[in-house]
Amino acid sequence: MSWFSKVKKPLEAITSRDKIPEGIWKKCDECKAIIYGQELDNNFQVCPKCGHHHRLSARERIRLLIDEGTFQEKDGELAPNDPLKFRDSKKYKDRIAESKKKTGLNESAISGSGLMCNRPVEIAVLDFDFIGGTLGSVAGEKITRTIERSIRSRHPAIIVSSSGGARMQEGIFSLMQMAKTSSALGELDELKIPFISLLAHPVTGGVSASFAMLGDVIIAEPKALIGFAGPRVIEETIREQLPEGFQRSEFMMDHGFVDMVVPRLELKETMAKLLDHMCGAIACLLPLESKEDSTDSAKSGA
Amino acid sequence: MKQSVIEFERPIAELESKLEELTELARRDKVDFSSEISNIKRKVKKMRRDIFLNLAPLQRAQLARHPMRPHTLDYIDHMTTDFLEMRGDRLFGNDKSIVGGFCNLESRTVMIIGQQKGRDTKENLARNFGMANPEGYRKAQRLMKLAEKFNRPIITLIDTKGAFPGKGAEERGQAEAIARSLLEMSRLTVPVVCVVIGEGGSGGALAIGVGNRVLMMEYSVYSVISPEGCAAILWKSADKAPEAAKALRMTAPDLLEFGIVDEVVKEPLGGAHKDFKAAASILRRALRRNLDELARMSPQELVRQRRKKFRKMGSFV
Repeated sequence: MSWFSKVKKPLEAITSRDKIPEGIWKKCDECKAIIYGQELDNNFQVCPKCGHHHRLSARERIRLLIDEGTFQEKDGELAPNDPLKFRDSKKYKDRIAESKKKTGLNESAISGSGLMCNRPVEIAVLDFDFIGGTLGSVAGEKITRTIERSIRSRHPAIIVSSSGGARMQEGIFSLMQMAKTSSALGELDELKIPFISLLAHPVTGGVSASFAMLGDVIIAEPKALIGFAGPRVIEETIREQLPEGFQRSEFMMDHGFVDMVVPRLELKETMAKLLDHMCGAIACLLPLESKEDSTDSAKSGA
Repeated sequence: MKQSVIEFERPIAELESKLEELTELARRDKVDFSSEISNIKRKVKKMRRDIFLNLAPLQRAQLARHPMRPHTLDYIDHMTTDFLEMRGDRLFGNDKSIVGGFCNLESRTVMIIGQQKGRDTKENLARNFGMANPEGYRKAQRLMKLAEKFNRPIITLIDTKGAFPGKGAEERGQAEAIARSLLEMSRLTVPVVCVVIGEGGSGGALAIGVGNRVLMMEYSVYSVISPEGCAAILWKSADKAPEAAKALRMTAPDLLEFGIVDEVVKEPLGGAHKDFKAAASILRRALRRNLDELARMSPQELVRQRRKKFRKMGSFV
């Protein structure tokens, strides 16, 4: 028999107050802490309370990795075609238009040249917000051209992946981007030019099964989902639930497919050091810590 | 052998069984039905031609995965001699969903590698329905490098729904295995001819599909995703598979038009499953012609041509 006949319910969260006005305040997906939006932006979308990594746009990713004022975008004019005249519940053309409006990007990839702690690099970044960061002809072309610029300039190549895989709406053209990019990486490999592949949540399908898994060094952000098949497809196939943490960065590192898991704010420094190890130390004019005021010195160093 | 029949083949199959009955009757009762018999034969032929001339994309996909269709080992059986299967990736195990080994094809030693589906449940379980695990792709890479070492051309036969989406496959690096295969194939210094013989399913198919020449059997399909999978994701309903099959442009003529494949290999009327021997002999001739042409190229030219071929793929403005 219990001591009290009336059981008190614990206080419940007031759901109506859960809705945060757009923009100013944001709620951490992980610890649910309410964070001032500006603070999250300044911290490159890493929760200051629990360290959870939220999605980072391609532009912000470049701001994170490339010395301020040194990024020169390349092939920005490339735009998707609609070779299949694809139409499902929506026209492919409309999907592109929507994504353009939502992201302010032309396509799922941004590419260009820049300095990483004063080291010249060629870089391509996938943006998950543009049709799931999918690999269409444009992204495939931009990535291939990035690798080719590396081959010409002998500067290391860096590719940041965050993608659901191939872009169905471009059918076989999308699939062939896997072969196109991987073949270019073969050439880069023969010339002994470093290639760092950085994986940000999520990296699956045709992107993981091509350039993303071919890095000389593969770095993953914490807890990113990395794999060939998505967890839902696997669960449907094997008819059992996957264990917690399956296909996450740490799991992939334990299974030998990722070199290191590095928190977002330490990425730039780690990658620059890696480049030194691989190319022989390129004289770096700046101490690694002072990247905030790198603009002026970077110019003199370039 | 009891033939399984796809829906659109049924009227032909019915007419054919009627023909069989009539022939049997004529033989047993010694009655002359010859005019009726030749009449029905003509009808069957016409019906088959009409049906096959107007196949919808999903029907072609169904044909491509027809259980009676010749699989890799059937083609090896009918096209080659002295096939010696080689097994294992030297790292983990032997994946039976990919077979490979040296053989003779028209008086030339070649390395032949392909995905192998089963015909019945038991065989399919052993072959994992032709869906490879990472060790399958790593075995393929090993055999390709072996062929390169001894300067032998490589033929790959593609026939898979896709790479296996299993737990072990992920733990052992399915993505890495496919990616590495793409890279290694692109720089092989020997001739590589790839043929989609049935289903060319996504990355799992492309993983053995980076060739100097890519051929497709007439009723094979090649796509970034299965029509069923595409319908489930984009239309949110698997019933829309016919629409998806059409939208994906996955048939052999489509891919020839896009310049993704170099050649469509004719199949006997009614599909390769109606006559293995004829299908294999048509393919054997096509392979010989392509290998003859590639034999004239130097190792550097072969790599350059293959890289250039895939470099050009894509459609943008």
